[in-house]
Amino acid sequence: MTKVVIAMSGGVDSSVAAALLKQQGYDVVGMMLRLWSEPGKENSNRCCTPDAMALARLVAARLDIPFYAIDAKEIFHSTVVKYFLEGYGQGMTPNPCLVCNRIIRWKFLLDHALAIGADFLATGHYARLTTKSIRTSENTLNDQFLLSKAVDRTKDQSYVLHVLNQEQLKRAKFPLGDYKKVEIRNLANQFGLPTASRADSQDLCFLAGEDYREFIIRNSPESHKPGDIVNKDGKLLGKHQGLSFYTIGQRKGLGLSSLEPLYVLSKKVENNILIVGPEKELGQSDLIVKDVNWISGKPPNNVFRSEVKVRYTARQAWAEISLIKGGEVLVRFDEPQRDITAGQAAVFYKGDIVLGGGPIG
Amino acid sequence: MKETIYLDYAATTPVDKRVLQAMMPYFSEEFGNPSSIHFLGQRAENALETARETVAGVINCKPDEIIFTSCGSESDNLALRGVSFAKRNETDSNRILTSRAEHHAISRTAEQLEELFGINVGWLKLNEYGMVLPSAVEQMISPQTALVSVMLANNEIGTINPIKELSRICHDHGVLMHTDAVQAAAYLVVDVEDLGVDLLSLGGHKFYGPKGVGALYVRNGTTLYPTLTGGGQENGLRAGTQNIPYIVGFAEALRLTELERLERVSHVKPMRDKIIGSVLESIPDSKLTGHPINRLPNHCSFVFKDVDGNFLLTLLDSAGFACSSGSACKTGNPEPSEVMGLINLTEEWGLGSLRVTLGMATSVSDVEKFLAILPGLVEKARKLR
Repeated sequence: MTKVVIAMSGGVDSSVAAALLKQQGYDVVGMMLRLWSEPGKENSNRCCTPDAMALARLVAARLDIPFYAIDAKEIFHSTVVKYFLEGYGQGMTPNPCLVCNRIIRWKFLLDHALAIGADFLATGHYARLTTKSIRTSENTLNDQFLLSKAVDRTKDQSYVLHVLNQEQLKRAKFPLGDYKKVEIRNLANQFGLPTASRADSQDLCFLAGEDYREFIIRNSPESHKPGDIVNKDGKLLGKHQGLSFYTIGQRKGLGLSSLEPLYVLSKKVENNILIVGPEKELGQSDLIVKDVNWISGKPPNNVFRSEVKVRYTARQAWAEISLIKGGEVLVRFDEPQRDITAGQAAVFYKGDIVLGGGPIG
Repeated sequence: MKETIYLDYAATTPVDKRVLQAMMPYFSEEFGNPSSIHFLGQRAENALETARETVAGVINCKPDEIIFTSCGSESDNLALRGVSFAKRNETDSNRILTSRAEHHAISRTAEQLEELFGINVGWLKLNEYGMVLPSAVEQMISPQTALVSVMLANNEIGTINPIKELSRICHDHGVLMHTDAVQAAAYLVVDVEDLGVDLLSLGGHKFYGPKGVGALYVRNGTTLYPTLTGGGQENGLRAGTQNIPYIVGFAEALRLTELERLERVSHVKPMRDKIIGSVLESIPDSKLTGHPINRLPNHCSFVFKDVDGNFLLTLLDSAGFACSSGSACKTGNPEPSEVMGLINLTEEWGLGSLRVTLGMATSVSDVEKFLAILPGLVEKARKLR
């Protein structure tokens, strides 16, 4: 019997995913990661409070599947949280969920799932997985895994999964990819699953519902260094509270008085300067991506056109992608884009299919 | 799903079919309340008192020295609370001596007595096997001591304490001695006269009886205040209509345990020794926890360096073996058990504990299968650290 580990959170998505797998006849095992929380804030961590874990355990019991909690506190802190703090320290707006998916979910948890004899690791992500046959250089046919957008476009999470490779996708299942969120809620009722209706949240789990700035002040005081705010011509306009507290395109909270609204255009970490300007100066036409992960293992061409998403919530835009030295990629948009932010990922799509992506440098 | 081999008999045991049979009439047929005047009630009372006599016979006391409770933890609570409240009220003794290696039913109760009820608690020193030596009690006992409470055998690491010697010291100082024999009673002779204790706790489900029933032995002449007040049941020491089917099951399970003691010990002990020997020999960086000789005959406990004990249990469960660990934690937030720290194990060892406890249904082939798979799983768990 094929054994599938489902990563559970106590939430409706992963609970329904578990129920669907069970219905499909798999030998299903629930696992939940115990992630790192700031000491004293364990009860407000968004994704793995004792309450959430008790709920996941209850769901597993209802489905009559074994459930195990896996301790990932140390590795989560030494990778995801460290990357988050260092990223802000370097003037970026890091996306720790990408690191978590790459190192924690699809490495650490996958390894644990495989260790107990699982054939697959499933998650409640909204994304789809298909295969196509490709001819290898030895002229044999091989399955290639294609990652594509979920049926429910408003819930699609293929963006955060662009970090996966063929080896990981070979072991992956996304049972929710063919459903709409509203159907998942109905299924939860049909299955009689005791999932609390928790608000969907974009907050990072370890921030425990608070503003990320507070977290940075406590955990990385050195990045909290005030400096100058200037315009493009270098004219001093005011003082900033530390570059970590601003993100590209931000308008609110600059504390500047000006005839027209001013936006954060860029950050100069070397001299701790924040550059602002009017809306018309926002946006850039190209960006460089380092360390691109190609889902298929290699780029489709040296130069090709693709739709690109520069943030989880960004609208995708057409661009020309060209390979430059050392695996880096130059992305040249047809129209300037406003949301290009170092630390977030640029993800390339061909229709519904994710070609790959990587961190914006 | 494949059959699981159960190796966690210290956590709980299945109800013996003979015990279940003895219990069955008392649910729907002989359902009377032993306090009632009518004949149905009288028959229930007869079942209750017969059970009491059976238990008294096994542990060598008088029937009226047995109080039936809802579990071992309740027995422990009644012993500690009952004695310390009575002593505080009637004498100048306001101090309990116990150890951090006790079951939480004792240690947490002692902590609460100290925090909320002004009882003074002294924590007895342990040796490297988690054993309370007579010298530790000698050192701390004083005229203020009301009660010493030390378990007969440790649930986590299997070590047997020298209760007889500890009782003697207590009595030399006019102090009451309690022992929690919940874990021990399945295999050790529990003779209150031989042990010399004044109070002793038992729990039914550790020796093939049902869960939800226990007993406390209280030596005649010992003043105890009830903690559950109401009707005058159990000599006024434990209010509440007695749970007749469970009490009948408890007594029958204990009777069978006594009757078959030698047989049961000789069934598990060679397998225990085989597991201990094989594990220590075949798994690098492994240690036995608890005493090598003075330990429960069905109890093996180990620590493995640099292993997440929780995940080892997950691996074992997935491979079809139900075991336990000192750091067992359902939320994936393991803390080494207190006991691991008490026997001087650092965290790199203490988080990797494994408890394997055997029972009547354990077979040599179960043990062989377990021993064949364990080294590989420990290695797997180590790689994932």
